[in-house]
Amino acid sequence: MSVQNSQRARVLGAVRRSLKRGPLTGERLNAVQRRTANPPRGPVPARGQLGREETVKLFQQMAEEAAATTQRLDTMAEVPQAVLSYLQGRNEAAQARLAPHPELTELDWHDTAPLLQVDQGAGEEQTGVGVSRGFAGVAETGTLLLYSRETSPTTLNFLPATHVVVVRAAEVLGVYEDVWDRLRERLGRRSDGADGAWSDNWPRTVNLITGPSRTADIEQTLQLGAHGPMNLHVLVVGAADADFGGDERG
Amino acid sequence: MAAKAEHTGAPSAPPRPPRVGLFVTCLVDFVRPSVGFAGVKLLEDAGCSVEVPKAQTCCGQPAFNSGDRQDTKLIAQQVIRAFRDVDYVVVPSGSCGGMIATHYTELFEDDPDLARDAEDLASRTYELLQFLVDVMGVDAVDANFEGKVTYHDACAGLRELGLKGQARTLLSSVAGLELAELADTEVCCGFGGTFCVKYPEISNQMVDGKAQSVEATGADTLLAGELGCLMNIAGKLQRRGSAVHVRHVAEVLADMTHATPPIGEAAGESPPELEAAAAGKEA
Amino acid sequence: MQPTSHAFKENAAKALDNQQLQRALGNMKQGFIVKRQKAVDRLPEFDQLRDHAKEVKDHALEHLDFYLEQFEDRVNSQGGQVHWAPTAEDARQHVLEICQRRGAGTVTKGKSMVAEELGLNEFLESHEIVPVETDLGEYIIQLRGEPPSHIIAPAVHLNRDQVEADFRKHHLQFPPERALSEARQLVNEARTVLRQRYLDADIGITGANFLIAETGATVIVTNEGNGDLTQCLPRVHVVIASLEKIVPTLEDATTIMRVLARSATGQEQTVYTTFSAGPKRAGDLDGPDEFHVILLDNGRSAMLGSEFQDMLRCIRCGACMNHCPVYHAVGGHAYGWTYPGPMGAVLTPSLIGVNEAGHLPNASTFCGRCQSVCPMHIPLPKMMRHWREREYERHLQPLPARTGLKLWAALARRPGLYQLATRLQAKAMHLVGKRKGRFGWLPLAGGWTRHRDFPAPEGKTFQQLWAERQRDRDAAPAKDQPAE
Repeated sequence: MSVQNSQRARVLGAVRRSLKRGPLTGERLNAVQRRTANPPRGPVPARGQLGREETVKLFQQMAEEAAATTQRLDTMAEVPQAVLSYLQGRNEAAQARLAPHPELTELDWHDTAPLLQVDQGAGEEQTGVGVSRGFAGVAETGTLLLYSRETSPTTLNFLPATHVVVVRAAEVLGVYEDVWDRLRERLGRRSDGADGAWSDNWPRTVNLITGPSRTADIEQTLQLGAHGPMNLHVLVVGAADADFGGDERG
Repeated sequence: MAAKAEHTGAPSAPPRPPRVGLFVTCLVDFVRPSVGFAGVKLLEDAGCSVEVPKAQTCCGQPAFNSGDRQDTKLIAQQVIRAFRDVDYVVVPSGSCGGMIATHYTELFEDDPDLARDAEDLASRTYELLQFLVDVMGVDAVDANFEGKVTYHDACAGLRELGLKGQARTLLSSVAGLELAELADTEVCCGFGGTFCVKYPEISNQMVDGKAQSVEATGADTLLAGELGCLMNIAGKLQRRGSAVHVRHVAEVLADMTHATPPIGEAAGESPPELEAAAAGKEA
Repeated sequence: MQPTSHAFKENAAKALDNQQLQRALGNMKQGFIVKRQKAVDRLPEFDQLRDHAKEVKDHALEHLDFYLEQFEDRVNSQGGQVHWAPTAEDARQHVLEICQRRGAGTVTKGKSMVAEELGLNEFLESHEIVPVETDLGEYIIQLRGEPPSHIIAPAVHLNRDQVEADFRKHHLQFPPERALSEARQLVNEARTVLRQRYLDADIGITGANFLIAETGATVIVTNEGNGDLTQCLPRVHVVIASLEKIVPTLEDATTIMRVLARSATGQEQTVYTTFSAGPKRAGDLDGPDEFHVILLDNGRSAMLGSEFQDMLRCIRCGACMNHCPVYHAVGGHAYGWTYPGPMGAVLTPSLIGVNEAGHLPNASTFCGRCQSVCPMHIPLPKMMRHWREREYERHLQPLPARTGLKLWAALARRPGLYQLATRLQAKAMHLVGKRKGRFGWLPLAGGWTRHRDFPAPEGKTFQQLWAERQRDRDAAPAKDQPAE
């Protein structure tokens, strides 16, 4: 037996000795597998169970409490101008790196925001402004969900000083459980998943983001922009009652 | 005996007159019996018949909290036997009350008979104010106390028994009494039984903080329902040269403050600020 | 790290005399408590969530082997690797092996109490690998060569001017005349310094708040974003996590998340909650090439099935220490190892032995405030008492205390003798103390009277007076009954 295997056996053996049983079998095993295949929800905050428009409003309110800024837009076509105005309003250089997501890159940046210089790619040391396409919003805490893939590089969420996230209003859901369901739908379960485990499409990283980076490590005084972005701006696009697009093109 | 079974479980309508066994507590017995008599008066005024079983000493907390489970069990059995026949056990202390009402049952997890006895005792055991207000339905007392007081919510009563409103309800009926709430009333005073002598420097820091917040209320008397904490805080206030007096809440509620000087003060000792006030009046 | 828990008393005495520390502790006392209460009050389901969080974790612990294996399977199938570590030394060797194979010179680290438990920084340095702490608090204490004093706020024992002095001493690349007295300036300087470190690092090491069996993801919950930069920039991401961090599903993690931030900092949700599973996928533009999870036992499996199992529910929120009057008095360093406060008082003896850490479960008044705020309903005082029981059984307490207790217990079990003894002593003390009403000094009670007076007993014991009252009543039967 290799060292790795013997260490594995030692730990699992010690765990089972303490639990006073061998590996799970029979009905006990089935019960645990069933639990994973049909994950039970815990108590779900009533706060997040609202009508569609109220859900989006709560999302914006909670995000702003967490020191993010938010803006509602009617259509995706308005995004470039909104990004530009946001940067101009803050006296920031009109330069942004887009996540290579078709819903962002296919926008007419050149004509609708001619003063804004954009390129696309992952986040880099000198990237000042990143624009990402979020997968969903969670109203109960004003949280964004982004996950890593070709169209959503993680570095863009953390390296720039300013992070702009575009999410459709229809993608703003009430509580985390709703978002997990959407994510499961989107990624699918593992085909041989008797034990209820996830599909192999599960991404390397799922990021839940609630406001800009902060620290209170010096005398418990809150300072924004510790290592991650100092500013988080959320553009909430379209009607709240549209279908959950699930960001299907990304 | 017949009453015993009826009172297992949730408090039901008290029998007339309920037989109450007073668990005196070792500190009250030794240091300040007045607290015990204040309790007796309050209980009798509420219509109870009070008994004091002789075969009681201590609830066993010192042994329990020092890890001596064996002696704790023996002491607990002694208390169980001593209070077998009364309808209720009433304790002028949240920590001793909590010991009997919440911890005795943990001791006999491996002995179903004793566990049942402990359970039965626990279901009949109350802290004094809790019993008066929650069981006997007392909401006012006939007492007079001129002055501004503050109140410390001792930890065990607060967190093991859920005491909070009872003292305030009863104090609000005392003529002449004004209550100024203590800023950190739910913070431990640093007594902790043997803790205060095992870790005296830490305990000192804690009680010093408590004494400072007591002084900050501007109250002239501190009250609480736990003699250990009161001795600790009184001792610190006095060492600090503070003019604040300290009493067990039962003494005030029973209108027995004239019978005995405040904790740690000599009979006839006039408090400095009273002297000052008197001098002021004469001037 | 070398524990100094056995010297708790000396550590505490130093802490009480340390004015800087006392000032810092004064700053932290109220903030955490008030913020937590606000957040709790705002969420009506908070107590329900606590109950459910406890159930979830109890379920996970009862099926720990199953979920660990499921987790491992998921990590493997996503291209990551799980390394099992029965002991701290095994875990250190796993880290070293990865570092050496990759020829790593610099390692960035997110805040990880398990890494502190392993003494990982010292160990890496001894193998000529440079560890760089990236959490601001951890970075500051690394500059100072100190361990953390709090599990979520590692530099809570320091004041701003101390940090300024440290930065001036270590950041010689900046002009000495720069302004650096404000928190904002300190944060900006650390941001600049560490930014380069993230980019240069060969390996990023993080801890984990949860391991999710269903997805094979490790989860970190942070505010600064340092943990994310630590794990998405270097070529290798190593997660160090102890066994009990496992939860079955995303829903389960969600329940615990809902109580974690509120209990810890009073936030509705921390800024970054990051789920990491495996190395970068085909098509990904960033992320590490290797993903390792080191699963550390180091005493946890022995707690399972024991009277200390409940402690394995701990989610390291720090609420117990934020509400602990003893922690407020002495700070975290006095506890002498990685985990301070009430959770440390239970966990430390489990992990490094009660011989070393026996003071910790004793240094509590059992005020119970820790238990009342614990989001996972861990009966902390009860478990500290269990440690005291073990110490008592093994005769680990000082002999005078033990003898005194035995004598007292023998007396307490003989009511007649007890009452005689107390009667005599109460009378004696009353006679000596009655003039002042109190004692400034008492033999054998120096711990008490060094700091406070002791009230003189009233003279007779209650039992004595009660017997007199009964006698009087028997003598005058007309007055026998109370009014009514």
